[in-house]
Amino acid sequence: MAVQGSSRLVAFDEMKPAEAGLRKPYSAYDRWLQDQDPARLTEKMQDAERVFRKTGITFAVYGEVEAAERLIPFDIVPRIISGSEWRRLTQGIEQRVQALNAFLDDIYHRQEILKAGRVPKELIAGNEAFLPEMIGVKPPAGVYTHIIGVDIVRTGEDEFYVLEDNARTPSGVSYMLENRETMMQLFPELFQQVKVRPVENYPQLLRQSLAATRPEGVKGTPTIAVLTPGSYNSAYFEHAFLADQMGVELVEGTDLRVVDGHVAMRTTEGYKRIDVLYRRVDDAFLDPLTFRADSALGVAGIMDVYRAGNITIANAPGTGIADDKAIYSYMPEIIEFYTGRKAMLENIRTWRCSEPDSLAYVLEHLGDLVVKEVHGSGGYGMLVGPAASKKEREAFAAKLKAKPSNYIAQPTLSLSTCPILTEKGLAPRHVDLRPFVLVSDRIQIVPGGLTRVALKEGSLVVNSSQGGGTKDTWVLDD
Amino acid sequence: MLLGRTANGLYWMNRYIERAENMARLVDAGLRMALTRSQNAAEEWTSVVVSAGVDVAFANRHDEYSAATVSDFLIRDTANPSSAMSSMETARMNARMVRTALTRETWESINEAWMSLKRTLAKPIDARDLPAVLDTIKRETALIRGAFYGTMLRNEIFDFAQIGTYVERADNTARILDVKYYVLLPSISWVGSSLDNYQWESILRSVAAHRSYRWVYDAEYKPTNIADYLILNPRMPRSLTFCYRFIVEHLGFRAAEYGQRLPCHDLAEDMLAKLRAGSIKDIFDTGLHEFLDAFIASNHRFGEQIAKDYRFY
Repeated sequence: MAVQGSSRLVAFDEMKPAEAGLRKPYSAYDRWLQDQDPARLTEKMQDAERVFRKTGITFAVYGEVEAAERLIPFDIVPRIISGSEWRRLTQGIEQRVQALNAFLDDIYHRQEILKAGRVPKELIAGNEAFLPEMIGVKPPAGVYTHIIGVDIVRTGEDEFYVLEDNARTPSGVSYMLENRETMMQLFPELFQQVKVRPVENYPQLLRQSLAATRPEGVKGTPTIAVLTPGSYNSAYFEHAFLADQMGVELVEGTDLRVVDGHVAMRTTEGYKRIDVLYRRVDDAFLDPLTFRADSALGVAGIMDVYRAGNITIANAPGTGIADDKAIYSYMPEIIEFYTGRKAMLENIRTWRCSEPDSLAYVLEHLGDLVVKEVHGSGGYGMLVGPAASKKEREAFAAKLKAKPSNYIAQPTLSLSTCPILTEKGLAPRHVDLRPFVLVSDRIQIVPGGLTRVALKEGSLVVNSSQGGGTKDTWVLDD
Repeated sequence: MLLGRTANGLYWMNRYIERAENMARLVDAGLRMALTRSQNAAEEWTSVVVSAGVDVAFANRHDEYSAATVSDFLIRDTANPSSAMSSMETARMNARMVRTALTRETWESINEAWMSLKRTLAKPIDARDLPAVLDTIKRETALIRGAFYGTMLRNEIFDFAQIGTYVERADNTARILDVKYYVLLPSISWVGSSLDNYQWESILRSVAAHRSYRWVYDAEYKPTNIADYLILNPRMPRSLTFCYRFIVEHLGFRAAEYGQRLPCHDLAEDMLAKLRAGSIKDIFDTGLHEFLDAFIASNHRFGEQIAKDYRFY
C-alpha cells in the first residue's frame, strides 16, 4: 500500500531524472520508442484493454454493484530495473524474508526476541493477528510464509525502502504474469531488442516450492489445491489463474471436509486427500471450529489436521503478526536479531503513536505525515496529511488521541516516477514495486514483480481499489 | 480427478449454452411462421412460449403474444431465467467457476459471447434487427462449440459438459414436439392442408432440420416421418435417440475410467434401449403425448441421478 502523501518535491524519475537525462536501463527501450508512431501506440493501448476484457482479467470492487467487474488499467510503458539494481534488491529481500520466518518461529515458540526486550511483549499478546492456536505448532518443513509480497518504494538513484511486508496472502502475481504476456503479444519485436529476464516460470516455481513444504509423511508427488473464497471474491481471477497455471485444483470450502484425519476434496470419484493447501482465505475464516464460527469459506477441523502435521497450509495461520504495521516499525531490530546483520533494505521512518513522544510529534506534524491504521490495508482508513483539509486533519487527530496504539505515522515520501502513455504523450506518474518471494527449503524471487502506478497526475495512491494501474516490470539481463 | 462441484459447473455451463441457442431457434421458427402467415400469429407465438417452458412466467409479465413481447421475453429479459441473455449469463458464471477446467479458447469464447450478447441486447430489440440478433446468438454459441470441440481434451471434463448439452437438447426437442403433437397426429381431419405444411416446417425449423429432413425422407412432409426424425433417427443431432446415444457413450467412458457403474448408467441405457427398440408406429399407438411426457420426466430423473451419483453437490 504505497500511499505517502502528495508530491511536493520533484520526484526521482526512473527513466529521465531531471538532472541526468536518460537513465541507462531505459536506453534500449528509448531507442525503440523513438521509432514508434504515437498513434500506433495509442492503438496498442486499446488492444491491451480488449485483451484483458476478453480474457476476463477483472477484479471486483466491494460495494460497487455497477462496476461488478472492473479492469485494472494497464499502461504499456514498462518499468525497467537493471540487473545490478535487482541483485541489490533481492539480497535485501532475502535477508528480510529469512528474518520474518525466524521471527514467526520464535514468536510461536520460545519468544526469545520478547525475552531480550527487542520487541515489546504487549505488542504481541494484544495483537489480533497473533494466533494463540499456533503456539508450539511446527509447520511442515518449518516454513511460515511460503509466499511474501514485499512492497518497495524508491526515492532516488540508490534509495529503496520497504513500505510493507505482505506475509498473509499477497495478491497481484497474476498481473505480473498477464502484463508480461500482454506486452509480448503487443510488442514482440521489442523483446528481441531488449533482453528482459523471464517471469513466466513463476507458477512452476510456486508449485515446486509448495510441494517442497509438504507434510513429512507424504511420499511422492503431493496433492496441492488452491482454496478460494469463491467466484465473487475480488481476487478470484488470480486464484483461478494460479490453480490453472500450476495444474492443481481450485477448491472452495464447500468442496472440503476432514476425512480420516486428512483434509479431502469431494470429487466425482469420492473424497481425495489434499496434502498442501494454498489458501487465499483469511485466518479468521479458515476453520469455523477454531476461528469464526460463521465462516462458510473454510474447513471445519482443518486446524486439528494441521496440528497433527497432516496438511501444509500456505501461508501458515498466524503469519499476520509479521506484517502488522506496529511490528513493521521494529523490522530493523528484528532483522538484526535473527540475521546478526544490519538490514540491507531500509524501513521508512515510523512513529509509533502508542509512544507518548511520538504521538505528540505526530499530532504536531499531522500536515506533513501519513497516518495509517495498524491493521488496515488497501489504502483504507488512513490520513494523507498534506492532501487532507484542515477539518479532516482535526477529525483524524481526535481518532488518534482516542486510540493512539491503533496508529503509526510515516513521513510523506516523494515516490519515484515512471512515464505512462497519456493522450498527450508520455507523462511521469508515481510507482511502487511488489516483488514476489517464494520460501521453501530455499528462497526464490522471480525477476520482476508487480509495478503499481498512480494514474492521476501528482497522485501517490497506487492501490487498484482507488484508481491505480499496473505496468509490466522488466528486470534486464545485464 | 474432477471436483464434484466442477462437474456440476461444466454440466450446467453446457446446458445453459444449449438453452441460449435453443431460445434463438424457437424465436426464429416463430418469426418464420408469423411472417408467412398473417392470421393466428398470436397462436403461433403462444406455442413458442409454451415450447420454451416459460408460459406461466410469460403470462405474469405480458398480456399479449406478439413478436415483440415473445422475442423480448425469450431473448432479452433477464427476469426470465431461461432467456438467451440469462442463459448466457448463467453459462458464463458457471464457466468462470470452472475456468481452470477449460482451455483458454473455450473460456474466451464464452466470455466473448456474453460480452457480445450484453452489447447486442443492451437496448430493446428493434423488429428489423431481430433476425440479426438471432443470428448473433447462433453464431456465438457455434463459436463456443467450435472452441470446445477443437481444443478440449477428451476426458471427464469433456464428458460431463457434453452430457449437459445432450440432456438439455433432448428436453428441448421433446418439448417442441409435445407442444405440437396434435399437429402430427394422423387422425385430425385437416391433415394435408397447407396449414399443416407450415406447422410441420415450423417444427423442423425450430430444431434446424428443415433441410436435412429432405436428405433422409421424401421431399413431402409426413407427420410420422417428422416424428421419426426427431425422436428415433440416430443420426439426427437433435433427436432423442441421438442425445441418449451420446449420453450413454460419455457415461461409458466414465464407467471405464473410474471402474464403477452407477444407477444413472442403468437409467440412461434403459432409456436408449427403449428408443432403439421403439418404432414410430408403436409410439403413435400408445400416444405421442404420453410418450413425450414420460420421456421428459425420465430425462429429468436422469439429470437428478447423475448429480447424485457423481457428487455434483
